[in-house]
Amino acid sequence: MRESGQMKIKHYFFNLFPRKISSYTPYLLVAPALIYLFTFIGYPLVQAIVLAFQDPSTGSPSLINFETLVKDAYFWDALKYTFILALIIIPLQTLLALSVALFLNMRFKGANVVLYTFTIPLTISDVAAALIWYNMLTTSGFLNRLLLNLGVIKEPIYFFGYVYRHMELLAIIVTEIWRATAIVFVIVFAGLQLIGRDYLEAAEVCGASVLQRLRYIVLPLIKPSIQAALIIRTLFALQVYAVVWILAGRDIPILAGEAYYWMSELYNPHIAATYSLLIAFFSILIGWLYIKLLKPKYEEVLR
Amino acid sequence: MKTTVILRRLLVYLCATVLVLWIVVPLALIVLFALSSMRDYYDIHKVLPTKFTLKHISELLFDLGAIYSIINSLLVALMTIALSFALGLPAGYALSRYIFPGRDSIKLLVLSMRMFPVMIIAVPLAVLYLRLGLSDTLLGVALAHTTMALPFTIIITSSIFGGVPVEYEEAAMIFGLSRFEAFLKITLPLAAPGLAAASIFTFVISWNEVFVASILTLTNRTLPADILVTVLNSPDPYKFAAGFIMALPSLIFIFIARKYLVTMWGITTR
Repeated sequence: MRESGQMKIKHYFFNLFPRKISSYTPYLLVAPALIYLFTFIGYPLVQAIVLAFQDPSTGSPSLINFETLVKDAYFWDALKYTFILALIIIPLQTLLALSVALFLNMRFKGANVVLYTFTIPLTISDVAAALIWYNMLTTSGFLNRLLLNLGVIKEPIYFFGYVYRHMELLAIIVTEIWRATAIVFVIVFAGLQLIGRDYLEAAEVCGASVLQRLRYIVLPLIKPSIQAALIIRTLFALQVYAVVWILAGRDIPILAGEAYYWMSELYNPHIAATYSLLIAFFSILIGWLYIKLLKPKYEEVLR
Repeated sequence: MKTTVILRRLLVYLCATVLVLWIVVPLALIVLFALSSMRDYYDIHKVLPTKFTLKHISELLFDLGAIYSIINSLLVALMTIALSFALGLPAGYALSRYIFPGRDSIKLLVLSMRMFPVMIIAVPLAVLYLRLGLSDTLLGVALAHTTMALPFTIIITSSIFGGVPVEYEEAAMIFGLSRFEAFLKITLPLAAPGLAAASIFTFVISWNEVFVASILTLTNRTLPADILVTVLNSPDPYKFAAGFIMALPSLIFIFIARKYLVTMWGITTR
């Protein structure tokens, strides 16, 4: 009995290093997922290129879709507004997320309550967020009720409607900051917590002020996190859709919204695919730019 | 000295309160106004409604047919969870437990696919689905949502399995279990809470997604796609009811599994 048990142990002892045997098992386990992803990303991507470079009426290769786009005033507006929104929203979000992360890193009593509340919007959809802020800002919405009853304003503030486009822009910005700052915050906060206390203590001992510590220790060390957050946020900004569609409709055209409009209202997959390709192109370009520009100098410290 | 400490503390809690209110007030108000009576909503002299009714929610559900799109959303989310776990769990396990040539490149590949803007595939998929007979079906939407969720599932499950010590599995194998049995009896139960949270994460991704869903469906709309088309043309109280229903699962989940969920967003964005 005893001997056979030992035999068994010996037998399994060899199997204890499964990383060396059964060399094909991990590939078998990974293959289905990878094949799925390649099929569902690869095929549509190729198909999008084909659709974009195809004449809708004859089916032969042409640049006519791009010509249609360039002549369409909505296209230029969409391009403009997509980037204006990104340029306003992303810096504000980064600043806010960074401030809140630094603030919560002070670890006062109850900081966790703030942490969890501030991350609630992570799970809230853009559709819900847009409706939530529509409720706040519409003519008989909460903001107007409050201000009218407090006597601050005599006439309601109008946020929605083509005439009030700049106010619609403001509503979109507020909604996006409310909704999507959390994702930036989570990344920056995680990076912040990786910084060793000893760095900060050493700096403090050497007489560095709070601002100096922030400038020369904290910021360089969380640069990779900020970079990751910026890439993710910018990619999301290019895809922003439901918030704008619900709050402003086509008053404020955006790239993704135009793709939806051409596909669902005008049934033109060629132009819609062209918009999709543009979004893909800008996504890659911006990801590459960020990695080039924000290359962390102090990377070795983190490793 | 003492007054500065008190002042500092006061300032800290003032900031903390402002932050909490910034998030909570809009959420609380959508609940209040989703339940507000029509008259209270249009009476601008009332800051907050005092008479409440379920009328708008029930009319939205049953007269405007939102109940069907909710069921569609649930079905799509369940299919997405099933598909992305069936495909992603083995991959996540392999990436956390085996060392093999190409592992790092595969990890990098999956990480970069997570960044892929899924809306790009919506238009070509709609064209393809016409040919395959998948257009306007829930399965079609679920297949697209799986593309979006799968990279996350792989990353999250690989991190969860990585958190279960290999030694347990090895011990079980010493006592005569095969690797698969060891996985089923030891690793899986230990990873279960994490996997449950991962499925919630997948659910939220699918439940919230609107662009792909609204392009791929026409009559079988999911809830957000339905809101975008039908509800936006309805009076305000129905919009608030829709926003409330849309946000409800997220709110429930964040109360049940907030710690897990925040961690999960940390993992997926690393």
